[in-house]
Amino acid sequence: MSVEQKMDSGRRTLLLATSAVGGVAAVATAVPFVASLTPSERAKAAGAPVEVDVGGLAPGEMMTVEWRGKPVWVLRRTPEMLAALDKSEPNLSDPESNKPQQPDYAKNKHRSIKPEYLVTVGICTHLGCSPSEKFKPGAEAGMTADWPGGFLCPCHGSLFDLAGRVYKSMPAPDNLEIPPYKYLADTTILVGDDGKA
Amino acid sequence: MTTKSQALLNWVDERFPLTSSIKGHLTEYYAPKYFKFWYFFGSLALLVLVIQILTGIFLVMHYKPDASLNASGVPVAFASVEYIMRDVPGGWLIRYLHSTGASAFFVVVYLHMFRGLIYGSYRKPRELIWIFGTLIFLVLMAEAFMGYLLPWGQMSFWGAQVIVNLFSAIPIIGPDLSLVIRGDFVVSDATLNRFFAFHVIAVPLILIGLVAAHIIALHEVGSNNPDGVEIKKKKDANGIPLDGIPFHPYYTVKDIVGTVVFLFFFSAVVFFAPEGGGYFLEFNNFLPADPLVTPPHIAPVWYFTPFYSVLRAITYPLFGLDAKFWGVVGMGASVVIIAFLPWLDRSPVKSIRYKGPIFKSAIAIFVVCFFILGYLGVLPPTPGRTLLAQICSVLYFAFFLAMPWYSKLDKCKPEPERVNFK
Repeated sequence: MSVEQKMDSGRRTLLLATSAVGGVAAVATAVPFVASLTPSERAKAAGAPVEVDVGGLAPGEMMTVEWRGKPVWVLRRTPEMLAALDKSEPNLSDPESNKPQQPDYAKNKHRSIKPEYLVTVGICTHLGCSPSEKFKPGAEAGMTADWPGGFLCPCHGSLFDLAGRVYKSMPAPDNLEIPPYKYLADTTILVGDDGKA
Repeated sequence: MTTKSQALLNWVDERFPLTSSIKGHLTEYYAPKYFKFWYFFGSLALLVLVIQILTGIFLVMHYKPDASLNASGVPVAFASVEYIMRDVPGGWLIRYLHSTGASAFFVVVYLHMFRGLIYGSYRKPRELIWIFGTLIFLVLMAEAFMGYLLPWGQMSFWGAQVIVNLFSAIPIIGPDLSLVIRGDFVVSDATLNRFFAFHVIAVPLILIGLVAAHIIALHEVGSNNPDGVEIKKKKDANGIPLDGIPFHPYYTVKDIVGTVVFLFFFSAVVFFAPEGGGYFLEFNNFLPADPLVTPPHIAPVWYFTPFYSVLRAITYPLFGLDAKFWGVVGMGASVVIIAFLPWLDRSPVKSIRYKGPIFKSAIAIFVVCFFILGYLGVLPPTPGRTLLAQICSVLYFAFFLAMPWYSKLDKCKPEPERVNFK
């Protein structure tokens, strides 16, 4: 303003106070809108545990069940597959499973309650693709000759061993997630509930 | 003009700046007298925007954003796209126009950006035009990405899964942020519905606003030209640039030629190769979304692949943050860095015509890297390809980050005083 004017500081204060209160109201109005973007009660309720009968699984075979909209794998490992876990160990990023990607009862070399059955969420920890089976050792399935068997994520090439442990220097930072689960009977697994949480 | 229609025009002009707007933006907006071929792509981008909006409106009349399964076990959204293709009269054409339009949009926009790059259209005083343009590119990518989820095919689903998970790589807020984007713990019906809302209304509104800002800023400072000289420096007695001609009728008529040629190619794709060899419509997207099975090879649509390759190229952790986070940072930076060009280029001249061998080689290497990255992005990764992508990513960033130095070192030719015909 070119003309010198005396500022009415009382009015200025009122103007600022009104703007500030109005601003708070505008921000408060945004709360229900942002809240509406978060998962609804229905989406939250959809996480019920899933019962799986693994009795029909032959050694070396894998089945997929859906839990919370995600694929959960149950792999019945053969003795050779379990032996292959030792071979992959030196090349793994977290062989001891130190990162909290599994319940405590699966924090072991085979990452499962019973060594034979691996139960894991079949979602790559990189960007959420579902890795594919590359169980056959060696170059047969398009892998390198010293490949001990495991999983390959088709999206960005992350490699996992037969316990879902990630190899070193892979896009995926962590081992595959082991969901909470428990055995209801010898060959019946309840995925999503271990009776502890 | 008859007195009656003149009277009506006067009546309007007293209430709305109709005549002055037409003059300011068309009949008395002076563009350089000489534009090369590269200058067609701005108006073509506008044309494709109109095609996308028109076809989009008609697609929404039949499409249903619903991930639940219908009586035959097919997701409703997927089935409604098949319904448009098979049962809606003319529906196949409207959808192919829209899907081909998406790819055409990126073809045109990439060429438009390349024009800006070679003729220095980003330099002072056009920095804001360039920034609005980069924002348009960014918003366009969001629009295309969200639209790609809607057919609810395998590629739709897994593409969205991957990109939304990118956000979870951001430390601290990441996991919650991706939850808010999805509206569920996995990509689901909630995700499909909100992407639909964003794709058909929210993002197009932003896009149109940015396009308006882009054009208003352009008409404020005037167009650049292949010589990179300012036509406003030399004016005649009436204040009209000596090297300027009115946009209408000169360039409106010229752009019609561009439009016709563009529509030749566009129609050829729509009618004879709407799938674009699996690059415009990916084959895996003809399968309905299955949350339990990732297709053996997933790749983004071609226009995202250069940036996707940058994402994949970063495979090692840094500063205690994992490779996934740095991949996301690299991909984001590879787009955002484009906005900084006006301040990275320290060359005394604008146009490539007067720039020296260093800048010309840098652009050539950059373009080659961009194509290699784009090609690698559609292929499954192997160690050799990852290494190549890493080399190209480094060169991509070097083009921008080293520009303040090499653009200064370069031996440039003097700029002419006036616009040349050549």
